[in-house]
Order: sequence, then C-alpha cells, then structure tokens
Amino acid sequence: MNPETPLRGEKAIRKKQPSKGWLVVSRFFQKYSYFFAKIGVSLLTLTLTTILLFFLLRLIPGDILEIYALKLQNQQGISYERAYELAKQLLNFDPSENVFLAFFHYVGGLFRGQLGNSYLETNVSANSLIATRLPWTLFVSTVALIISFLLGTTIGCYAAEKRKGFLEKLTSGYVAISGSIPDYLMALLLVIVFAYTLNWFPAQGNYDSFSVEPGFNFPFFGSVIYYSFLPILAYALVQTGTWILQMRGSTIGVLGEDFILAARARGLSDRTIRRKYLRRNALLPLVTMFGVSFGNLFGGATLMESIFNYPGIGLEISSRIVNKDYMVVQGLIFFSAAMVILVNLIVDMIYPLIDPRVRKN
Amino acid sequence: MKEKASKLNLWLKSLSLSLKDFFFRVGVLGKKLFSNYKTILGTSIILLYILVAIFGPLIFPYNQEINMVDKYLMNSWTHPFGTDWLGRDVFRQVIAGAGSVLEIAFFTAAFSVVFGTILGIVAGYLGGWVDKVIMSVANIFLSIPAFPVYLLLAAVIVISSPIQFALVISVFSWAGLCRAIRIQVMSLKERDFLQICLVMRMSKAHIIFKEIMPNVFSYIAINFVTALRNAIMASVGIMLVGLAAYDPTNWGAIINAARTKGLTNVNNIYILLYPLVAIVIFEVATLMVSNGLDETFNPRLKEM
Repeated sequence: MNPETPLRGEKAIRKKQPSKGWLVVSRFFQKYSYFFAKIGVSLLTLTLTTILLFFLLRLIPGDILEIYALKLQNQQGISYERAYELAKQLLNFDPSENVFLAFFHYVGGLFRGQLGNSYLETNVSANSLIATRLPWTLFVSTVALIISFLLGTTIGCYAAEKRKGFLEKLTSGYVAISGSIPDYLMALLLVIVFAYTLNWFPAQGNYDSFSVEPGFNFPFFGSVIYYSFLPILAYALVQTGTWILQMRGSTIGVLGEDFILAARARGLSDRTIRRKYLRRNALLPLVTMFGVSFGNLFGGATLMESIFNYPGIGLEISSRIVNKDYMVVQGLIFFSAAMVILVNLIVDMIYPLIDPRVRKN
Repeated sequence: MKEKASKLNLWLKSLSLSLKDFFFRVGVLGKKLFSNYKTILGTSIILLYILVAIFGPLIFPYNQEINMVDKYLMNSWTHPFGTDWLGRDVFRQVIAGAGSVLEIAFFTAAFSVVFGTILGIVAGYLGGWVDKVIMSVANIFLSIPAFPVYLLLAAVIVISSPIQFALVISVFSWAGLCRAIRIQVMSLKERDFLQICLVMRMSKAHIIFKEIMPNVFSYIAINFVTALRNAIMASVGIMLVGLAAYDPTNWGAIINAARTKGLTNVNNIYILLYPLVAIVIFEVATLMVSNGLDETFNPRLKEM
C-alpha cells in the first residue's frame, strides 16, 4: 500500500479544518475576546440609552412646537403652517408622528451630529454649547478627580496600615462627615464662607473677563485657576472621602495576602513593602472605580455648577431645564451619557493591561 | 362537631406558638441590633425626626401669613431661628418641612428596595437570559448620569406629590441595589444548603422566600437606610434647582428660596443654615445606622 495515499476518511477530516487565514482571524478574536465583549456591551448600553432618552423626549409637552412656530412666524414673516413645518425640521421633533418613524428620525439626527437645536435662542444648539462649555466642566472634573484620587489613596493606605491611632480616628471621622454631607451642600457652605462672607474667591464665572484676555498667557491661567478653586475644592473634599474608604478596604484585603507575609519574612523594609507590594496591588481594583467616579462628577456637575455659577455643561443643563429648552437638554444629557460610557470603556480597556489576570476570566 | 373544635384548638395553638416564636425572634434580633452603639444613636435620631414630623406641626403650627414688620428678626424666644424676608417664623417652617422631606425619603426607599430586591433575586436566581436582560437594563441606569435625568423628568412630569417624587427618584436608585442583591444571591446559590434544596426539588417559592430572603435580609435593611439618604440627597438637590416646588416648606425649597433671594444678604445665609444642618444631621444618622447594621450583620468587618 502506498503510504502517500491518504487513509479512508482522512481527506474528509482535512477538509473540515479551516484555512490559515480564517484561523488567524479566529485566533485574533479569541485573543482579544475580552476587548470585543467590552466594546459590544458599551455599544449596547449606548443604544439602550438612546431608546430611553427617546421615550423621555416623547413625554415632552407638544406645545413647544407651537410656541416655536409662532416665534418663527413673527421673526421671518411667513405663514403659520410654514413656520410649523420649519419648526418641526429645526427641532427634529414631531409629536404627531408614528413612534417608529419618529425614532428613526431621532437616530438619524444623532448620526448627522445634530444633538438638538434651542428653541429659545437662534443659532444655539447642543453642539455649539458642548463646544464652548465642555472644556470648563472637563477641566474642573478631571483636576478634582486626580487630586482626590492621589490624596485619597495615599491617606487610605496609611489608614489601613495603622489601624489604631489618632490618624485613623481622624480619617474615619473625615470619611463619615464627607460621606454624609451631600456634595452640593458642601459647595453651598464653601460659597457662603469663602465667596460671600470672606470675599476671598469669586462667586460666579470662569475667568476674569475684564482684566485678562483668553489665550496662552499666564494671567489667564492664573485667573482660571483662581475662579475654579472653589468648585475643585468642593469636589475634592467629597470625593477624597470615598477614595479613602475604597483604598482602605482594598489595602486591608491585600495585607492579609501571603506575599506580604513572605516579603516580611524575607526582611524587606516596611517602606519597600508599602511601595512595591502593598500600594500597587491595592490600587488595582480602584482603577475600575475611575469610570464610576467620573460619572458621578459629570452628573453632579449639574447642581455644583449652578451653585458656583460656573459656566460649564452642568449649569447649561440645569438652567435650560428650568427654561423648558428640552431639545438642547436631551442632547446634552445624551452627550454626557455617551462620555461616561466612553470613559468606562477606556477604563475597562486599560485594566487588563495593568492586571492581566482579568482577561483570563 | 368535636372534630371541628379540636381542629380550631390545634390551629389556635399553632398560631400562638408561631406568634411566640416570632416575638422571640424579634427580641433576639432587637438585642443583636441594639448591641451596637452606632445603630442605637442613629436610630434614635431618625425616630426623633419622625416624631418631630408627626407631632411638631401640631405643637408649633406654621402660618404662612406675611408680616412685614417682623422681617429678618434675629433669634429670640418667640422665634428660635429668627424670621425670613416676609416675617415668617423659620423654626416652624423647618418643622413643617420635616414631614415632607421624610415622606419623600421613605416612599423612595420603599419603592427602590422593592424593585431592586425583586429584580435582583430574579436575576441572580434564574440566571440565563433573564439575568442578562435585567442586568443590561440596570447597567444603563448605572451609566447614565442620574441627576440631569431626574431634573428632566421632574420638569416634564411637573411633580406635585411625594409619591410622584419618589417614583421619579426610584427610576434610578433601584439599579445599584439590584446589582448588589444579584451578586449576593449568586454566591448563595453555590452554598451547600441551597444545593441541597435544589437536589430535594423544593419549590422555587420556598427556596426564594424561606432560604434566600432571610440571608439577604441584612443587605436589604442596610440598603433601605442607604436609599433613605440618597433619596434626601436627590430630592433636596432637585428642589435646589427650583423644580418640584409644590411644597414651600420642604427643606430644599427653603434653601433654594433663601439662595435665590441673594446670599450677599447675611440674613438669608442664617435662614438657609438651619435646614442645611437638619439635613446633614439626618444624613449622619442614616450613615451611622447603615454602618452599625453592617457591623452587626457582617462581623468580619469588626475583626479587621
């Protein structure tokens, strides 16, 4: 029998094996299945968010179209019917439409990048507001997040190590107080004390528009920091408490691990253990908290900025809700939700690079 | 006839036994709960608030009459907290507002605990696609910034009663509880006693109500208290923006009114401080109760 000829059935088996190219693709997907799953979940969340916001939009009383149409009629001198049609187009909103058709229009508007036009002011839309206001909110919330993260993790680590002492009592008292004062009441107290009673800091605005010129110069930066000091302080005071609590719990968990005991047995100094073994491992689970914390900051900005009169996205949302400018508001809320989802996705993406154990599960 | 009487007797006996058992259990639970000083202190503060909310308006009725002669009076025996810009007594306003604040908080906590617990147990126990659907819905509510949507809902619905307010807030607050309960139930499912129940083919109702419920009860209690604090935070926040202004004596409404009157006037700051302090004390009390409950039910925390 010729050894070259395949045995019975072997040919069929060979046929079943996928080609090399397909193998590479499937291996690629298997290797990065974690990332693809995360991307899929965030896309799903975004879709569901869109649906939810759409149904919220359907709750809006329909008379805003009539008000807008009357306004257009007066402004442009056209008939009421034409103004009504124009209003429908400009707001991308028609309460008499079929639900499915309206949903397609809504999603189409989002895909075209139209988040919503204001019906109170001409030439103001969610897009233009995001372009002008977002940098301020992002600046304040990221700076506050970084400061509170650094402070909170350092203090939390110490508090976990020295659990019987004055410092521990101080930190747990601080955590209790900062956890029980709502962040906006903290902001209100700060404004009352520092802005209205002592007059140390300004009570509104994001920079001194009279004396400095926006641009790349030091007086402008100084003014921005001076005006954003109180909001950042308020955020940081509240957020630091939660970071301390999280870091303390995480560090206590790591302290019980065997590798710390082994490091102690090898006679490593406390400082080395703390820096190279304890803190790094305790920080790992806190990275996932970053997304949640950012979401809290972004959502809380609505009230905080209206208390500080700090012109960011949050102030726009709260003042425009009161003025019933719903089309812009839903665009801004959609944008903030998308940003929070994106930040969560980025955190999820980075996390397995820091802690490879996650990808295997 | 005789048979019937004996049956009734038996029934009464079993009833009295089960009642005795119930009260014994309540007694044991009470002793266990109130061995922790944080729980005692926190609960007594909350009880004080409830008493003030119920009996306060009867003893110190609030009248809304405008009296411009008495405006911006400082603290005195007749007006312990002074008067506001229209000459109304601030102390009586704060007392009248306690009921409104607590009503919203309790309704919200009840709604969100009921929704969260049911959905959490269903998701954790059934697993599969039910779990996936419930958790993806919960994930949306956890990832959308809640506060702007509260504001939008409050403005669109035009809140005019505490129950509406509670429904608006619990739209978001059930999600976190649902996730916590789900994880708890999933870890319980791996435990031996539940595996045995499954092997013995006990009914789902029995497993859920008799086996799982008592084990997640402590989480539900702690989350009820946490839901109270979150509800107060959210409701006062919504009122601070100026929405849902159906009750002018609600603490959030008082703070907002004083704030919009202008903080450059020191008198407005004094008016605003009393409801603010009242809120902070309530929040501290709820935090103490939830920490105390956590320590009694999860004793691992104490050792560490």
